[in-house]
Amino acid sequence: MYPHIEGCNQFARVAPTPRRLLGTGMDTSPYIELRDVVFARGDRRIFDGVSLDIPRGKITAIMGPSGTGKTTLLRLIGGQLRPDSGTITVAGENVPRLKRKALYRLREKMGMLFQSGALFTDLSVFENVAFPLRVHTSLPEDMIRDIVLMKLEAVGLRGARELMPAELSGGMTRRVALARSIALDPELIMYDEPFAGQDPIAMGVLIKLIRDLNSSMGLTSVMVSHDVKESLSICHYACIVADGQIIGDGTPEEIKAHPSEQVQQFLHGHPDGPVPFHYPAADAGQDWGITGRSR
Amino acid sequence: MDKLAAFGRLGLDIIASLGRSGRFLAGVLGGVSKPSVAFPLLLKQLYSIGVLSLAIIVVSGLFIGMVLGLQGYTILSDYGSEAAIGQMIALTLVRELGPVVTALLFAGRAGSALTAEIGLMKTTEQLSSMEMMGVDPLRRVIAPRLWAGFIAVPILAAVFSVVGIWGGMLVGVEWLGVFEGSFWGNMQSSVSFTNDVLNGVIKSVVFGFVCTWIAVYQGYDCVPTSAGISSATTKTVVYSSLAVLGLDFVLTAVMFGDF
Amino acid sequence: MAQRTTEVIVGLFMIVGIAAMMFLALQVSGLAPKAPESSYTLYANFNDAGNLAPRAKVSMAGVTVGKIREITLNRETFQARVVIDVNRSVDNIPADSSAVIRTSGLLGEQYIDISVGGDMESLGDGDTFYSTQSAMNLERMISNFASGQ
Repeated sequence: MYPHIEGCNQFARVAPTPRRLLGTGMDTSPYIELRDVVFARGDRRIFDGVSLDIPRGKITAIMGPSGTGKTTLLRLIGGQLRPDSGTITVAGENVPRLKRKALYRLREKMGMLFQSGALFTDLSVFENVAFPLRVHTSLPEDMIRDIVLMKLEAVGLRGARELMPAELSGGMTRRVALARSIALDPELIMYDEPFAGQDPIAMGVLIKLIRDLNSSMGLTSVMVSHDVKESLSICHYACIVADGQIIGDGTPEEIKAHPSEQVQQFLHGHPDGPVPFHYPAADAGQDWGITGRSR
Repeated sequence: MDKLAAFGRLGLDIIASLGRSGRFLAGVLGGVSKPSVAFPLLLKQLYSIGVLSLAIIVVSGLFIGMVLGLQGYTILSDYGSEAAIGQMIALTLVRELGPVVTALLFAGRAGSALTAEIGLMKTTEQLSSMEMMGVDPLRRVIAPRLWAGFIAVPILAAVFSVVGIWGGMLVGVEWLGVFEGSFWGNMQSSVSFTNDVLNGVIKSVVFGFVCTWIAVYQGYDCVPTSAGISSATTKTVVYSSLAVLGLDFVLTAVMFGDF
Repeated sequence: MAQRTTEVIVGLFMIVGIAAMMFLALQVSGLAPKAPESSYTLYANFNDAGNLAPRAKVSMAGVTVGKIREITLNRETFQARVVIDVNRSVDNIPADSSAVIRTSGLLGEQYIDISVGGDMESLGDGDTFYSTQSAMNLERMISNFASGQ
């Protein structure tokens, strides 16, 4: 059935390995470990000693206000950025220390869904999903076709294979991007703001897809989001990032009952609280030129 | 004191940017992909930056050749040596205008498009997503474009010179009545293959390389916003033009200077 | 299909480029594709070589029969010694022919014209022209004329 040995091996990697199917319940060590990660951009410390465990085969939501470096965290895990200090271990490998080749090999085990979808605009939907297969495997064309159609079927877009990315709606773009990121059957998938800017139906579809992918393929999922309700409804584990620190973590129930005022402000969206409504500014009197009071 | 510090910082920024572009170049040229993968990509880029630039090159070449024919005739006929028009047109085109004008047109037509395309790929996270799929965008996206520019510009410059000479002949011989035999004869006796034609080709190779390098680097290094892309595109055209003209002086001095 | 079309168009583009380079080489610079003709060497001594340069043409009756290989100074006679390569096919140049430096046109470059003599003997490889005529120097002619010499 397989024309040559290499193709056969590649296929074995594309199909879920038995070890992983059985292993989800047995291997309880965290899939990703962050230890004392410090990352600064210019003078601003985005992460100041963050430690975090992301469990294997579960959905972990990382939440926090905009601009707290949630996406940066994903890029650190993916090795696109290097921390100033601390270790990031993914599947037993210390990502910042990896050589280029080893890093690229590790990334084949990762899928990432970007906020914008990041589809290649010059390729059709079919070719977008086929891209990782063509680059990393030497499967025959008909097998690539079968796999691509399977992945598109999983996101409900088998009929849209001939469309170009410009012809897709925002929700469809994200679903195609999702199909592409699972084309190689990764062990880990990272979602960058999967719900941002989606209408309620598209959001519902994405929530279903994320949950189904996690349960059917045993994927370790990391989701970065500030949509509290949706995230807490599907994650097994959540943590809240603010001011370069993790200010709260636990199961959704634990988070909802968290004693910290800052966590509660974020969860319920109070306009003022420990996170002030006003950006730090000079004394209001000075800005409006009312200097009489101080002199 | 503040101004001095700002000046120093600017200098350091420029040096750092040069260093980044050098490392970028090493990354692009260092990794060699499999020919079966690289060749179709190169082909596609040759089409979009080479073939599609052909029209502007042919039209500009024709007009420049015709202008050279007219101007040359007016000046040379004062000395009664309008037969030297062929030699004048050929030398001007092959040595200078062919490589230089082609490179300038290329920077405007293809270079800016390259920068905008790559910048947009960066802004829409296509480059990042490629990286996350375990594909190096330097090899997959940048390298084919760089090589295509490197190959296309000398070809375009040769086409430009030929069309220009033909345009000059059209004006000089067909219109103004210079004897065709002396047009070609003077040209052939004065244009030397190694000194003029080959040096012109070397120039266009250098220009093609520099223009494409600037274009892809500006795209890759741009600030990923719409304002960032627009300023990167502007920079591509400005830097390429300055680099071409400056390098042209240096190369001319080395090739034709008597020292 | 689209891939095929691109291939063909890019192929045509490359062919156009190569054709353009060939045109520049052959038609514009007059580079002959044939192997250089075998030649033999003659010498000529001039009092003044003027602007004569290596690779300049050597002609007889307006037909190019060879070219100049190099120009050196003869340290004993202080004359310019010009080494000429003459095509092997022209092997019957009379021994009393003279080499004359001429200018093509008013502003053109200088070349050597061989004005044919009447001797039965021919010049052979390594021979030297017996009589030569140096470059016409406009300035010197004018100053000679002015000083009445």
